[in-house]
Amino acid sequence: MNLHEYQARELLREAGIPVPAGDIARTAAEAGRVAESLGGKVVVKAQVHAGGRGKAGGVKLAAAAAEAEQVAGKILGMTIKGLTVHTVLVAPASDIASEAYVGVIVDRAAHAPTIMVSPAGGIDIEEVAARTPEKIFRQRVDARYGLLPHQALGLAFKLYGDVKLARQAADVLEKLYRAFVDAGASLAEINPLVVTPQGQVVALDAKIVVDDNELERRPRIAAMRDETAENPAEVQAREANLTYIKLDGNVGCIVNGAGLAMATMDLVKYYGGEPANFLDIGGSSNPDKVVNALRIITADPNVKAILFNIFGGITRCDDVANGIVAATRQFKVTVPIVIRLTGTNEKQAVEILKGVGMPALTDMDEAVKQAVAKV
Amino acid sequence: MSIFIDQHTRLVVQGITGRDGSFHTRQMMAYGTTVVAGVTPGKGGQTFEDKVPVFNTVADAVQATGANTSVIYVPAKFAADAVFEAADAGVKLIVCITEGVPVLDMTRAFPYVQEKGARLIGPNCPGLITPGVCKVGIIPGQICERGPVGLVSRSGTLTYEVVYQLTRAGIGQTTCVGIGGDPIIGTNFIDCLEAFERDPATRAVVMMGEIGGTDEQNAAQYVRQHMKKPVVGFIAGQTAPPGRRMGHAGAIISGSSGTAAEKMAAFEAVGIAVMKRPADVVELIRTRL
Repeated sequence: MNLHEYQARELLREAGIPVPAGDIARTAAEAGRVAESLGGKVVVKAQVHAGGRGKAGGVKLAAAAAEAEQVAGKILGMTIKGLTVHTVLVAPASDIASEAYVGVIVDRAAHAPTIMVSPAGGIDIEEVAARTPEKIFRQRVDARYGLLPHQALGLAFKLYGDVKLARQAADVLEKLYRAFVDAGASLAEINPLVVTPQGQVVALDAKIVVDDNELERRPRIAAMRDETAENPAEVQAREANLTYIKLDGNVGCIVNGAGLAMATMDLVKYYGGEPANFLDIGGSSNPDKVVNALRIITADPNVKAILFNIFGGITRCDDVANGIVAATRQFKVTVPIVIRLTGTNEKQAVEILKGVGMPALTDMDEAVKQAVAKV
Repeated sequence: MSIFIDQHTRLVVQGITGRDGSFHTRQMMAYGTTVVAGVTPGKGGQTFEDKVPVFNTVADAVQATGANTSVIYVPAKFAADAVFEAADAGVKLIVCITEGVPVLDMTRAFPYVQEKGARLIGPNCPGLITPGVCKVGIIPGQICERGPVGLVSRSGTLTYEVVYQLTRAGIGQTTCVGIGGDPIIGTNFIDCLEAFERDPATRAVVMMGEIGGTDEQNAAQYVRQHMKKPVVGFIAGQTAPPGRRMGHAGAIISGSSGTAAEKMAAFEAVGIAVMKRPADVVELIRTRL
């Protein structure tokens, strides 16, 4: 789950990291009032789960409250990478002496959290990694002991030669690591970490991505989810315990298992079609899940054909067949459905479907070809 | 012959009385796996299906039955502790089926298991099967057949699909291993490739990868440097958008890294035959056996 910048800033502030003042606003007038209370030059930043906000026009400077209100009016309601901006963050526009990057990620190959720092901050760290990899420094952390003070200081000296600044940065790193662990994050980064003209190290922008698997035991973080910032169909799917990701094609896919779901999308493309979505009904095979899946897929106006690809293991094919029948009784499905089922209770499933005049296939390639042909 | 599990496997099931644990224990017993013990705290002294003694702790189970392998079906929030417990009890092969285990839990469990000299498979995996001999986990036994192909995969049902295609074509398997779809897993492609290369019965290997991370790229380098046996590979997620978690916690393209195209190119560069679709496995393997 992605947190908004303002939420991430709040977590960092609680961890004791210096973060500039500022507040969020949901209307232009509110933004004006926040700017007024801050005084002086401010920056108005769109709060959406998308990178490249600045390039999209979602980050603007304003000299005073009136201008802040004006630019907030433009940013609120604009669409960045398909997401509508409902909230802006208004913060003082800082004078900056230097910009660095600091972040904590989970390094999959090292099986461990890893701290990354770079003196080349302020731009996308991927760009730094691609263009000047020698400017990125890493420290693997043994999660059982946490980030050790000497490790933090060693990294901090890669950013600043001055020991006063290095000690401040080391403190930020230790606190950032703690905030990362406390939030159950898979990524926590400050970009840029800046030095003010007064010589203070401050976190100007913050990004935290939380591991979805942590949410059950962290209700406070889970409550930070902003459903207005997500695709409504994806929210609906999550509530029905389905994993659904909307794409731009027209062949709706309903599959059990993530790997098979991806391979099914790929096969749709292989046979000249375009998948409309990723949808995994998961391991158990409650017929209700199938009903919900069909409801979500049929609500997508782009979908011109629906493809079921079920390999029964724990998932029972007869449960899926019953779900399909139940769904077609509850609401009208106007696009053709192609069904492939094999594995556990396949024979019963074929009988159930035959009863309502729906044929079932056993071969994945054949089913995908038919679905693509029906679009 | 086989890798990791065989006729000497003596299995303890952690979470044997739970819904998933009990169902799959019955399946494993029916397949012929030697299930020697189960563990559910508070249910020690009971007997599962009139055959398998249940213990309160893994340590008790190991002491009483000599279990050498464990399979974990406990809920996600207890899964990491179940891994620690199995490692502490001296179990040398720990298979964690549970999905939804927090990644930070695994960053602590992984080095611990390693220091104990044990092997962890998973989490979020279907387990493994040595056809006709033993299965640990949830892979349906009836789609497998004994034969010369080793299979390793990050996925569950996609593994079944490929095994099914092979078996239907009369090509059996030595061992099929589902290593799991999480960002941090105990056993990776290279560990399995190494074991298959050493296993005299395995004559070719199928590697089923997906988007996210660099495990497949690293495996490709391993194949180039260390493997004499032919390897056939597949990558799921060619149509996956960047930045989205495709069901598996580990199946995500971060920025421009971890794409299917990058992984397929890494395979091709070292002579791993790339399947364009799952059904290609039959021809590619047949011509290499």
